[in-house]
Amino acid sequence: MSALTTLDVRAVEPVATAGGVYAWTFLLIAFPALGALVLLLGGRRTDRIGHVVGTLASLASFVVAALLFVDMLGRAAEDRAVNQPLFDWLPAAGLQVSVGLLLDPLSMAFVLLITGVGTLIHVYSIGYMQHDPRRRRFFGYLNLFVAAMLLLVLADDYLVLYVGWEGVGLASYLLIGFWQHKNSAAVAAKKAFVVNRVGDMGMTLAVMAMFAVFGTTAFSGVLGGADQVSEGWLTVIGLLLLLAACGKSAQFPLQSWLLDAMEGPTPVSALIHAATMVTAGVYLIVRSGAIYAGAPLAQTAVVVVGTITLVMGAIIGCAKDDIKRVLAGSTMSQIGYMVLAAGLGPAGYAFAIFHLLTHGFFKANLFLGAGSVMHAMDDEVDMRRYGGLRRYLPLTFLTFAAGYLAIIGVPPFAGFWSKDRIIEAAFADNLLVGTCALLGAGITAFYMTRLMLMTWFSERRWKPDVHAHESPLVMTLPLLALGLLSLVGGAAMLWTAGGIVEWLEPVVGEEEHALPFPVWVLTAATLVVIVAGVALAWMRYGREQVARTAPTRVSFATTAARRDLYGDAVNEVALMRPGQRLTGSLVYADSRGLDRAVNGVAALMGGSSGLLRRVQTGFVRSYALSMLGGTVLVVVALLSVRLS
Amino acid sequence: MTALTRQVTEIQSPTIEYGLLAPMLVVFGAAVLGVLVEAFLPRRVRYPVQVVLSLGALAVALGMVVTLADRVEVAAEGSVAIDGPTLFIQGTVLALSLLSVLLFAERRVDPGGDAFASAASSLPGSEDERTLTAQRVQQTEVYPLVMFSIGGMLLFPASNDLLTMFVALEVLSFPLYLLCGMARRRRLLSQEAAVKYFLLGSFSSAFFIYGVALLYGYAGSVRLSDIDRAVSEQVGSEGLLLAGVALLTVGLLFKIAAVPFHAWTPDVYQGAPTPVTGFMAACTKIAAFGALLRVLYVGLGGLRLDWQPLLWAIAILTMVVGAVVALTQSDVKRMLAYSSIAHAGFVLTGMVVVEPAGISSVLFYLAAYGFATVGAFAVVSLVRDAGGEATHLSRWAGLAKRSPLVAGVFTLFLLAFAGIPLTSGFVGKLVVFLAAWQGGAWPLVLVAVLASAVAAFFYVRVIVLMYFSEPAPEGPTVAVPSPLTAAAIGLGALVTVGLGVAPAPLLTLAEQAAVFVR
Repeated sequence: MSALTTLDVRAVEPVATAGGVYAWTFLLIAFPALGALVLLLGGRRTDRIGHVVGTLASLASFVVAALLFVDMLGRAAEDRAVNQPLFDWLPAAGLQVSVGLLLDPLSMAFVLLITGVGTLIHVYSIGYMQHDPRRRRFFGYLNLFVAAMLLLVLADDYLVLYVGWEGVGLASYLLIGFWQHKNSAAVAAKKAFVVNRVGDMGMTLAVMAMFAVFGTTAFSGVLGGADQVSEGWLTVIGLLLLLAACGKSAQFPLQSWLLDAMEGPTPVSALIHAATMVTAGVYLIVRSGAIYAGAPLAQTAVVVVGTITLVMGAIIGCAKDDIKRVLAGSTMSQIGYMVLAAGLGPAGYAFAIFHLLTHGFFKANLFLGAGSVMHAMDDEVDMRRYGGLRRYLPLTFLTFAAGYLAIIGVPPFAGFWSKDRIIEAAFADNLLVGTCALLGAGITAFYMTRLMLMTWFSERRWKPDVHAHESPLVMTLPLLALGLLSLVGGAAMLWTAGGIVEWLEPVVGEEEHALPFPVWVLTAATLVVIVAGVALAWMRYGREQVARTAPTRVSFATTAARRDLYGDAVNEVALMRPGQRLTGSLVYADSRGLDRAVNGVAALMGGSSGLLRRVQTGFVRSYALSMLGGTVLVVVALLSVRLS
Repeated sequence: MTALTRQVTEIQSPTIEYGLLAPMLVVFGAAVLGVLVEAFLPRRVRYPVQVVLSLGALAVALGMVVTLADRVEVAAEGSVAIDGPTLFIQGTVLALSLLSVLLFAERRVDPGGDAFASAASSLPGSEDERTLTAQRVQQTEVYPLVMFSIGGMLLFPASNDLLTMFVALEVLSFPLYLLCGMARRRRLLSQEAAVKYFLLGSFSSAFFIYGVALLYGYAGSVRLSDIDRAVSEQVGSEGLLLAGVALLTVGLLFKIAAVPFHAWTPDVYQGAPTPVTGFMAACTKIAAFGALLRVLYVGLGGLRLDWQPLLWAIAILTMVVGAVVALTQSDVKRMLAYSSIAHAGFVLTGMVVVEPAGISSVLFYLAAYGFATVGAFAVVSLVRDAGGEATHLSRWAGLAKRSPLVAGVFTLFLLAFAGIPLTSGFVGKLVVFLAAWQGGAWPLVLVAVLASAVAAFFYVRVIVLMYFSEPAPEGPTVAVPSPLTAAAIGLGALVTVGLGVAPAPLLTLAEQAAVFVR
């Protein structure tokens, strides 16, 4: 290992140092971070202006991002990556970590998504959280979330990325559990935190391994030196990074927290699902492309995880009656598409990011739309209690429909362009993976049509005292913006300014994939599958009446899907119970077990344990015995090491 | 007569480098003065005099340690080693002792006065005790006691021979045994803790001194450098050597509360007065780690292939047991006790690699852990109800609603224990694990990362409890402390954040300090 640490490191490519407008890069993070600081430390004094401060902080960050983007567009492709060193964090010998920001086309895409969609969600929250007494705190957490996510995508060092990574985890924890009076919210928040910690362990170990192998954790050193390291190490690091990505992006087998995370206020779900958090895993994999390039095994694992999750999420989405949980299932599934694409290497990286961006638009749109519906229906989330809402919330319906058409992939809506390319790339890689991706598209069409029919069409099944009404302008305006993006965002990104693929090429590379059949055949097949899914849903939910309560006599498959394909049950059997048993037995051994052992020994030696019990010193005897036992073990161990 | 005179002149007086020993001499001197103060000054002036004397002596000693920086020498006829690790640990112990003495001096949070019994000799529940409490009698013997203990802690990691080390061990331990039994509230629990600590402590001292005897039998000397030479020349019987090493190590492992020598920790931490617990958890552990480092690296470096596997096993056991058992604790002091056991395991992880990186990472970790620990126990002493401190975790439910500031600071300390970035704990864990990984101990790092994930869970559980639970209707109140406790908590929090954001100066210092004099 020591030979490896002295490996000389070559930079990926010469990266310009920040100057001119790029000197503002740090402001991207500084604005929301400052907003969070003011709102969380300001206390009650900032109650009245909290939402304004929070929204302005996010907006300011977006404006900076837009300025930087315009400047970056004007540069030649190879000059677009800019580094801004901030300060030396750990300048000790043997471990040099300096905090710096790296703004290149990849992080630029994320920054625009996070600040742009993030700002829209902030605006929407002004209306959505209007009557919540803790609105200021909510905006403080939102700002914290945005700041942490920006640090994550702008870091130029894995260790600094890790700081943002943990910050995102902490902020999501605070937001999911925001309505702390609900026990389910507290439980969901804890679950999200714990599952994420499992993923974080992967991240910690990956950073350790990087340091051991490369002697540094900076992107330039790790990614630049990746081609000189053995495949074994790259595979280990790649798998560890995949574990980390699974935690944050809710991929199999760490998916279970996402469905419960619906307990947070709806704008939080939109933020987690569209702009931040779940996209972090995809970012990590795409950013670490150089590592996966040398680790085909890890790459295959990424593809497998993505494929499993995309099918799983879609199936779960079919069986849920809670509108937010259907959308959560769809997020799992769509992120699965991205991870799958990211596993295909340079052939898929750009498409993964492309889909991530379009997904950001339409998923934020759908979630905020669902929030608008809940707002109208007294926080009812059961779709069996909706029906015929299109006449009462016309604006929301219009934008929601745009999101719907985008997610199922109808041309020319945004999702069509991106998803179609992932399916193409998947077929070019492997027939089975491609078929799964195609099938997923069909299931997506089915459950999203089901959601549309149950919510907007069919007859009224409302509770008697509900008075449905359209949401205020402050909520519908962001919806309109996102609806528009769902409509034109995909095509725009594909064909303006050279297109997204070319934009990302300097960072992620590009690779032509060869399909075994003409592209139009596949596009046509995809559309046929989508139409089939829609038709099936219409036959099942459009023609027939929707029951007001969920049918109980259902097939095994439905039961399984309703229970999240037993994700929790598996967690419980595989992790929780053994964990509890270990805890229990260790506590037992620590307190009573030793005492029993003492008593047993005492009885053996002819003394009565009763006599021992009467000794006033309590358990000191057993402590002393445990020390003696330990000492004997230590002596024996030392002697046996030498003598053996 | 003349013969006798000649003999007397032949005995050379030992050379004592007073300059190098000055920090210890100042602390011991203050302790002796403190005893005189108890004997000769009237009761009402004793408190201010003792507090000023103790704090002043500690500050002066700390200043002296700073001026001694970079000295690498052996003093007092070779029995005391003044080098990087010694000075770093002495500095850390002195700084933490300053904070601890501030907590000792707190007289505002308890309606009865400070945290200590009016007279340790009065029977709990007796008429005598009630009278003394009613008269608001407060004793000040704790100050000389704690100063003696601190003096021992300064000498412990500096001892260059095993006999000096044994004396230091006893000097630091005896006052602690007494201090543990002096709680004002729940006195029976406190006295039981003291007796347990004393019995088990003497037990471990016996192991230690027996180990010293065996090593003397092997090497013919108790000086660490002589033992090192004897090991490399392979004189004498190996059985004697290894048995001696084992027993000596056990004595030291007891003080750092490594599994399986940890059993006393939860009981003693719970029973002792909280300022004493904080002092013990931080300073005793740090001093003992210093001594363990010196013994293993300087005296027994040649035997590392023998003790490394053993330390591996103990580190793993300590981390796992500490983290897992802490999960089910329902008393905050017991939880912190198990957490301190787990932390001992993390520190051992950095110690198994016999390299400068290992030493410096351990030194940094100890400092980071010490400040968070003293701060955390100081917070514990503030959350009170009618019966004194409310240490049962269920009583902490919804604390954030009652006192956001205290809950926030405690959250900071818990996050530091859990090793969340931007706190000192993160940097500490990072450098220790990196050192271990680079030294080839990656399985150990794997276990450590797993254990810290488990540990994070129970820290977070407390945060959840404070923030996301409804407060109990008759929950505890948060006492408003005097500036003394506030300063201790504030400094602890400041250092915890400071070492997380800008760890560079201390890391550099620890790196420069990582050379032992031989």
